Amino acid sequence: MLPRRYLTTLALFALGAIAVPAHAATIQIVMENLVVSPAEASAKVGDTVEWVNKDILAHTATAKNGDFDVTIAPKQTIKSVLTKAGTVDYYCRFHPNMKAVLKIAP
Amino acid sequence: MFVRLSIAVAALSLLSGAALAQGAKLTDPQIAHIAYTAGVIDINAAKQAEKKASNKEVKAFAKDMVRDHEAVNKQALDLVKKLKVTPEDNDTSKALSKQAADKLAELGKLKGAAYDKAYVDNEVAYHKTVNTALETQLIPSASNPELKGLLQTGLKIFQGHQQHAEHVAASLK
Ligand SMILES: [Cu+2]
Repeated sequence: MLPRRYLTTLALFALGAIAVPAHAATIQIVMENLVVSPAEASAKVGDTVEWVNKDILAHTATAKNGDFDVTIAPKQTIKSVLTKAGTVDYYCRFHPNMKAVLKIAP
Repeated sequence: MFVRLSIAVAALSLLSGAALAQGAKLTDPQIAHIAYTAGVIDINAAKQAEKKASNKEVKAFAKDMVRDHEAVNKQALDLVKKLKVTPEDNDTSKALSKQAADKLAELGKLKGAAYDKAYVDNEVAYHKTVNTALETQLIPSASNPELKGLLQTGLKIFQGHQQHAEHVAASLK
């Protein structure tokens, strides 16, 4: 339990720690009725992702490769800044059927 | 497994049975009670699983069930309070509770991998039964639009649970 929480904190820190460069875009990824949309999103390093959870349940956006693990409480929006390029498959740890891809260009 | 499932179907078909026999559809207070009861049943099963399960994925699934069903039931309670509806106990709720208590006792006797498999198989069957009841009975019968909406949200969530349970069941084989 503790190690996981520790990792989550680290991942969140990594996502948020770097200042937003000028011209960075903000993209919205919405979780509603246990569906992530868009299922495939594109962004650039330095962009901000707004994770919008419209459900009454908590969700997570958990990268399969460990790059990020964000928990979004019910009816909340969480912002995180992308710091690392790559095509990242992510899912919700609580609802493993929720899957999507985030393509992050350098 | 087949016997158990048919009992579950029988319990929920009381929905149509009792209602049709009286020539009346389920009322909102009854529907609210049934939906809430169905959630409590799954929470109780999951709490048992959190203690008894040995497989990591099964334990995690049980935790997810407690988290989600508690969230849905909290919404349900908030809604009935807002609508000033008092959930009304009924034959379907009673049959569901009785059957769930029997199942809990039966699962309580199992251990290790046998328990894990029985719990997850039951979760698949249970969510299937509840989803069918929601789709064919509870949602069509609900008159208040907010109650109907919450049931529809619940259906989406429980369909996700069913798929999740099926996935876990497949991984146990
Ligand atoms: Cu989720």
